[in-house]
Amino acid sequence: MPQERRKRFSTVSDEEVAALYTPADLEGHDFLKEVGFPGVYPFTRGIHPSMYRSRLWTMRQFSGFGTAENTNARYHYLLSQGQTGLSVAFHFPTLMGYDSDNPRARGEVGMCGVAVDSLRDMEILFQGIPLDGITTSMTINAPSAILLAMYIAVAEQQGVSPRKIGGTIQNDILKEYIAQHSWIFPPESSMRIITDILAYCSEHVPKWNTISISGYHIREAGSTAVQELAFTIADGIAYVQAGIEAGIPVDKFAPRLSFFFNAHMDFFEEIAKYRAARRMWANIMRERFRAKDENSWKLRFHTQTAGVTLTAQQPQNNVVRVALQGLMAVLGGTQSLHTNSMDESLALPTEQAVTIALRTQQILAEESGVGNSVDPLGGSFLLEKMTNEMETKAIRYIRKIDEMGGMVEAIKRGYPQREIIDASYHYQRLLEKGEKKIVGVSCYTSDEEIPIPILKIDKEVERKQIARTQEVRRKRNARRVASRVEALKEASLSRVNLMPVILEAVKEYVTLGEICDAFRETMGTYTDPAMY
Amino acid sequence: MASATATKRSGTGKAKGKRKIRVMVGKPGLDGHDRGAKIIARALRDAGVEVIYTGLHQTPEMIVNAAVQEDVDAIGLSILSGAHNYLFPKVVELLKKKKMGRIVVFGGGIIPDDDIPGLRKKGVDRVFTPGTPLAEIVEYVHRRVRPRA
Repeated sequence: MPQERRKRFSTVSDEEVAALYTPADLEGHDFLKEVGFPGVYPFTRGIHPSMYRSRLWTMRQFSGFGTAENTNARYHYLLSQGQTGLSVAFHFPTLMGYDSDNPRARGEVGMCGVAVDSLRDMEILFQGIPLDGITTSMTINAPSAILLAMYIAVAEQQGVSPRKIGGTIQNDILKEYIAQHSWIFPPESSMRIITDILAYCSEHVPKWNTISISGYHIREAGSTAVQELAFTIADGIAYVQAGIEAGIPVDKFAPRLSFFFNAHMDFFEEIAKYRAARRMWANIMRERFRAKDENSWKLRFHTQTAGVTLTAQQPQNNVVRVALQGLMAVLGGTQSLHTNSMDESLALPTEQAVTIALRTQQILAEESGVGNSVDPLGGSFLLEKMTNEMETKAIRYIRKIDEMGGMVEAIKRGYPQREIIDASYHYQRLLEKGEKKIVGVSCYTSDEEIPIPILKIDKEVERKQIARTQEVRRKRNARRVASRVEALKEASLSRVNLMPVILEAVKEYVTLGEICDAFRETMGTYTDPAMY
Repeated sequence: MASATATKRSGTGKAKGKRKIRVMVGKPGLDGHDRGAKIIARALRDAGVEVIYTGLHQTPEMIVNAAVQEDVDAIGLSILSGAHNYLFPKVVELLKKKKMGRIVVFGGGIIPDDDIPGLRKKGVDRVFTPGTPLAEIVEYVHRRVRPRA
């Protein structure tokens, strides 16, 4: 055998990879039982029998910047270019439960997403977009109930019944404590809000995906692929458990749970991850939680290409990275996809950059032919072996978390947080030692950069947004607002479902910040344990 | 996690008994992206620097008060939300108000090249952009920051 280029070959998660895979790697593996057919338990090959032959994945670009007017214009543009779903990116003050005129929002208004303070902003955000004709995903967690309520209120204004609207709120607070860090309230209160949403939507908003259980941010924070999979599934277990403990029958809410994974840089590792995720969830739902409805077993997921793999150097190369990552997601059977824009390592995307990102998906769908067959890589010795290993290692993590008393307890001990920091530092060390490489950064660097245009947020955005929110406050009925705020506090101290109370409040133009302040008073807040 | 190496690993060639460099790694603003800040904190610690990490969601006032209380020699700020043009200079300004201008302020994150000259003019000593090797940041701290006697 000729000398190999390296002593050891490994994935981006530093899992060793063999030179060749053969049937010997799959000894004892029951293909029909563990892989089987798409649309059939355990759904390793996909949740639908015909997958993209029947319906392409939803092309859903995560988008939001400046004011509601700015973002509304971007939505109309994306829809005109063939995008098939909406996905709202809120600015940090909204994510953290502050209105734009709060001192904590200084410098942040409209910078990293769209500013939404009150129902007024939400009305503008969806102007000219009939909500019975589109599904909308909202990346919102701690204040998810409030944004969902605003969306319902806008739908009602359009004459669309909440029973007809479809979409997703991320509403995955556990991964906020683990990785993304947009939290407000302590874990127990947060879990109560979530089970209130599960119960409310199962009755009144039946087509809404109530939680998008997210590995994406866990991976972005530096986890390995196995950790992303394991912690996400463990979060899912915690939500199902909480729903059952709140007295909701599992088959009433489990079919509306969805997932959200990262598409990182290692081709086969990622595809194995999606396949293992489907098999694990089907098994957990059927065997552990005794769900009877097939829809409770099916893991539906959204994918976003990995922002963290984009480079600020030679940003044009990011187009290639994103195309590969989008391909992984499609080969892994994703239900919807966001492809990052090449400039996202520098700023929010320009219209030109986001168009290339959307076209990348359209080329995958219309030209590449990868959607013609279901799970086209299934049966590959390498991929089946990797899928099995991914599952085995993730189950080991889940068992450990179970032993700690579940994910809420594990988070309080800092367990997943620490695992991620360790993995992230390990990768950084490999990078610095030259064992992992990034083109244009650690190798093949060039002194001559070809600059690309960057989206700048207008300095006027902050002033305009504050002016609007203050106008909303002036024009509303102060007496009714005060009584709604009191009702919020009272409800949060009792066991009644918070959703109807929040819905009543947003309709009176009580702002997001005011609602969160009321809950901060009764529920308390969470602060960063600041470990590193 | 290798804990408490900060107090044990003082041997970076400096004279015995001399105070180590104290750096506060701070996350001002509302953004939750702390991967970079945590990696920098660990790398500095492993290089013999005493590190105090503020945790997320700090106001400039909170960071400056903590820095004064901890008697640090430098503050490294990390922002990935685009709010750097407001928050970085605010920290510098508050330090000056407290007559703590001796504290070196540097930063990093998703920061467009065009913004860097403005930040430097307002007293941010150095801005590191994505892809900077850790060794470069560690070297900068050792060269630029002097521990107070």
